[in-house]
Amino acid sequence: MTDKLLKISDLDISLPEGSERNLAVENLTVDLSPGETLCIVGESGSGKSLTARALMGLLPAPHVRISKGKIEFCGEDLTKASDPRMRQIRGSEISMIFQEPMTALNPVMTIGVQIDEIFRFHVKMSQRERRLRAIELLEDVKLPDPEQIVAAYPHELSGGQRQRAMIAMALALEPKILIADEPTTALDVTTQAKILKLISDMQAIHKSGVLFITHDFGVVADIADRVAVMQYGRIVETGSVDKVLNKPEHRYTRALIASVPSLVPRAPRTRSDKIVLSTESIQKRFGGGKSFFGMGKPNRFVHAVKDVTLDLRSGETLGVVGESGSGKSTLARCIIRLMDSDSGKIMLDGVNICNLNRADMRPWRAKIQMVFQDPFASLNPRVKVGEIISQGPMIQGADRQTAQTRARELLEIVGLDVRAFNRYPHEFSGGQRQRIGIARALALDPEILMADEPVSALDVSIQAQILKLLDEIRERMNLSMVFITHDLRVAAQVCDRLAVMRYGEIVETGATREVFDAPQHSYTRELLAAVPGQKWDRQLAN
Amino acid sequence: MTEFWNRFSCNRQAVLGLIILGCVIFLASIANLIYPNDPFLYSRFPLSGPGENGFLLGSDSIGRDVAAGIAHGAKTSLLIGLIATIAAVFIGVIFGALAGYYGGLVDDILMRVTEVFQTIPSFIFAILLVAIMKPSIESVVIAITVVSWPAVARLVRGEFLALKNREFVQACHTLGMGDLRIMLAEILPNCLSPIIVIGSLMVATAILVESGLAFLGLGDPNVMSWGFIISDGRSMLRVAWWICTFPGIAILITVLAINLVGEGLNDALNPRLRERN
Repeated sequence: MTDKLLKISDLDISLPEGSERNLAVENLTVDLSPGETLCIVGESGSGKSLTARALMGLLPAPHVRISKGKIEFCGEDLTKASDPRMRQIRGSEISMIFQEPMTALNPVMTIGVQIDEIFRFHVKMSQRERRLRAIELLEDVKLPDPEQIVAAYPHELSGGQRQRAMIAMALALEPKILIADEPTTALDVTTQAKILKLISDMQAIHKSGVLFITHDFGVVADIADRVAVMQYGRIVETGSVDKVLNKPEHRYTRALIASVPSLVPRAPRTRSDKIVLSTESIQKRFGGGKSFFGMGKPNRFVHAVKDVTLDLRSGETLGVVGESGSGKSTLARCIIRLMDSDSGKIMLDGVNICNLNRADMRPWRAKIQMVFQDPFASLNPRVKVGEIISQGPMIQGADRQTAQTRARELLEIVGLDVRAFNRYPHEFSGGQRQRIGIARALALDPEILMADEPVSALDVSIQAQILKLLDEIRERMNLSMVFITHDLRVAAQVCDRLAVMRYGEIVETGATREVFDAPQHSYTRELLAAVPGQKWDRQLAN
Repeated sequence: MTEFWNRFSCNRQAVLGLIILGCVIFLASIANLIYPNDPFLYSRFPLSGPGENGFLLGSDSIGRDVAAGIAHGAKTSLLIGLIATIAAVFIGVIFGALAGYYGGLVDDILMRVTEVFQTIPSFIFAILLVAIMKPSIESVVIAITVVSWPAVARLVRGEFLALKNREFVQACHTLGMGDLRIMLAEILPNCLSPIIVIGSLMVATAILVESGLAFLGLGDPNVMSWGFIISDGRSMLRVAWWICTFPGIAILITVLAINLVGEGLNDALNPRLRERN
């Protein structure tokens, strides 16, 4: 194929002075043919999103700009194209799907109006024609009831539906190139599988070239024809998907692939039968909108946790898996008493802690601690790291000296320099902050660790390190752990037993291996089937 | 701290504001040295123009020195502005923090109270309060405080609402930390920047309100202030322009300077700007 759609050669994108590095993207050379899917893979900060933006002429000028190189689109150099010409190209010849469909769509305009805009700007059509075409497009992306969706506002649609509408808009004028910037990262795994299928179906029909940006190797394995791996703004390896995934040459690619958790569950460990924590039919409902001055009936209830009965044995890791909105985080917050459950029992050491008031609860706090999801939100930016870690023991009655000595020990245990003690959280990276969060939880010598998506905000290589750390300290301190995650790959590697949640209910529990090999509930089967990259896993296994 | 100063000094207008404000503060602090006499002391030369009879900025209808009035008035204005603002911030933070942190019924009650204060036009409310109490420095400070705390309460409530569900606050709950400590030691330091900014701008408003009250004859009759001089000179605006003009300029410059400093603080403390660096 000589008629390349897109040829990027020697592209440099410079960052403003005083940034971490001078060039966000350096010497980038890559090309795309019609009907081909090229995946750009990399961790956060690798420059993959900026590359996409440069193609669309959407770099945040004047601070970030192209300093060298050419972007040839069907022979035309886009770096030299005028603004009016770029506007013409955008949307009609190159279009883009963004990560977060809620922010990429205008919340005060109906879907119909937003699709209509594209036609109005780029082609001459009567209003009736435009409307018919919009409905047709929504039908193409398999949205139910397109007539209604045309009149709907973005907030009235689900995440998956919004992303479908975005895809409909992006494909409205049959662009030659579709750029997808992490289009499924914000979506649940079952929705992700459907959107990925939709993108490849659409590509087959329209014969467009797709530039797919992602950090997820599972997705790459499922969708890519060719792969480019980026690190620190440079492409370290390109090649066919088979070659890059199965015979990676560059060290970095190999390291990345090695840190993708396998779908094959780990070997089960011997476990004791001592139950350390159990819940009996926990209920939690959230009231809908409050009525005016408390008069009238409160409308709509959301039943976030429904009749959840679980037990956690000493030394084991119990995974709670489910998609967003399944109630798994609410359940964790109820168990750890950040929220009050409506009814049910939480038995810890033979005592029901469900109805204890704050003062009575205080001594129990030390037994059960939590690691939070977002390493950037979970540490107070105004408090020094040492203080953050030693606070807990001091509240529980330890004197300052002991608490601080312990905090220093813990910093070492979680793999940080002791000098971190006197620094503020913003001086640390995401993975390091998560280590600090773990140290804070360990400072009280808990028996049970509640981990709420502790690695989902982290890059895959950092994720592997944190999972390893959690494993080590679990052994070392004989912790029992409740591990909440949406990622079945992570669950397979971490958990001894699994509880699958949907709509606030637990639909299936069992040993991880049994759940993976022989799922009983139809929803579990659906979840497992939707995990991206399964074919690749099987190839690796053979 | 040095980092903060670097960002602040990037904004030239803010630095200019700070310099002017420094001059006004300096003037207020040396008022007793350069004009040791009572500024209410009248002389034999009424309505002297600027520069005549030894009056730098002229004298008023009964021969009081306008320059001395401005110097002593600066003290009054700054003091009232500062004290009223500190009091308003104190009350506003307590109301806002309790409302934002506890939410629900507490929030409803506190915010309804705040709204009652907000629905009355603030300057008219201040006039009413001073008229009910006796015009004095204390009553002016109380009036300004009463009309300006609701803005702080609203702001702090918003910040607390946003911060109380952050994971670091939840982490404090799981450690068993008490409410008071969470509010004071964990959440409050994180909303200091907007409080400092709104506080600095409130000083300027307070000075304006105080001048307005004095202009209407509701200032403390025993304390010299800018508004009082203007009020005194307004009937002679056509024969003796200097009586109103110079204190007017003093108010303008001071309020402008404080606003510039406030803007500068806002830029320097704005967390979004900081993340970009």
